[in-house]
Amino acid sequence: MTRVAVIRFPGSNCEAETLAAVKRAGGEGVLVDYRDTVLDRVDAAILPGGFAYGDYLRSGAIARFAPVMQAVKELADRGGAVIGVCNGFQVLCEAHMLPGALQRNAQQRFASRPVDVRIERADTVCTADYRPGEVIRIPVAHGEGRYVADPETLAVLESEHRVMLRYVAVDGSDQAYNPNGSMNDIAGICNAAGNVLGFMPHPERLADSALGSDAGQRFFTSLIRSVQTAVAA
Amino acid sequence: MSIRVHVRIVPRSGLLDPQGQAIEHALSALGFSGVGDVRVGKAIELSIDADTPEAAKSSAREMCQRLLANPVTEDFLIETDGT
Repeated sequence: MTRVAVIRFPGSNCEAETLAAVKRAGGEGVLVDYRDTVLDRVDAAILPGGFAYGDYLRSGAIARFAPVMQAVKELADRGGAVIGVCNGFQVLCEAHMLPGALQRNAQQRFASRPVDVRIERADTVCTADYRPGEVIRIPVAHGEGRYVADPETLAVLESEHRVMLRYVAVDGSDQAYNPNGSMNDIAGICNAAGNVLGFMPHPERLADSALGSDAGQRFFTSLIRSVQTAVAA
Repeated sequence: MSIRVHVRIVPRSGLLDPQGQAIEHALSALGFSGVGDVRVGKAIELSIDADTPEAAKSSAREMCQRLLANPVTEDFLIETDGT
């Protein structure tokens, strides 16, 4: 069975929903403590949302030095999937595993609401079960989600199609579509190899039809299926 | 000797600083006119064992590059007591 590590830092708070979504998708979720130094027989790792180390100094700046991060880097180096959701995305940027940074929302307030995002890449480990260009509505909950990068980095991300998720305006929506002022409406990106992914929206929070929508669940079915396919190949 | 080092971290110019904007609006609401370009950063004070202020600054510079500041979004200034 596909084993997915969910890393718990002091201050993480989305690990339970993430583990549940992995389990519903047919994977085995393993809660891993930030002090652990090995990721044993793990196919993928998810850095969940929350406020690791209280967001002290900058979001993700201290978590980046947690003992487990060396093992996370090694997993990514050998091609394993590493996924950062919200605070996890901030950690991956601080760890230089993804380019750019996440800054305080332009609207000067915490954004906790549904957003419409377009699946720009339907060939990543987290989006293979979506159609290219499909627009889904899932929640965001962050105060610092405004993606910024220097113009050269942005140009590379766009030309290499590494923007995997983008906030989009949907006709008739009553919400301002970009919840944080992100450059190029970026909601999520991946690294050049495509195995390290980071995004601000929370698919794990809307991944069970009992909640009225399971729009986010395919992030997890994609992941389990992608890893199984890679192992079989 | 122990040298007191003052590190100032400021958002890189040109980048939007929503906190600075909010403070600017608040100052204006309080009646302070003619205030502009408010930027909010952080001040970090630390004591560093070093032989000279220059050595302490050099050490602080490396700390800024590796942890205290994010080079994507922030600039930093380093001063020592008595310099």
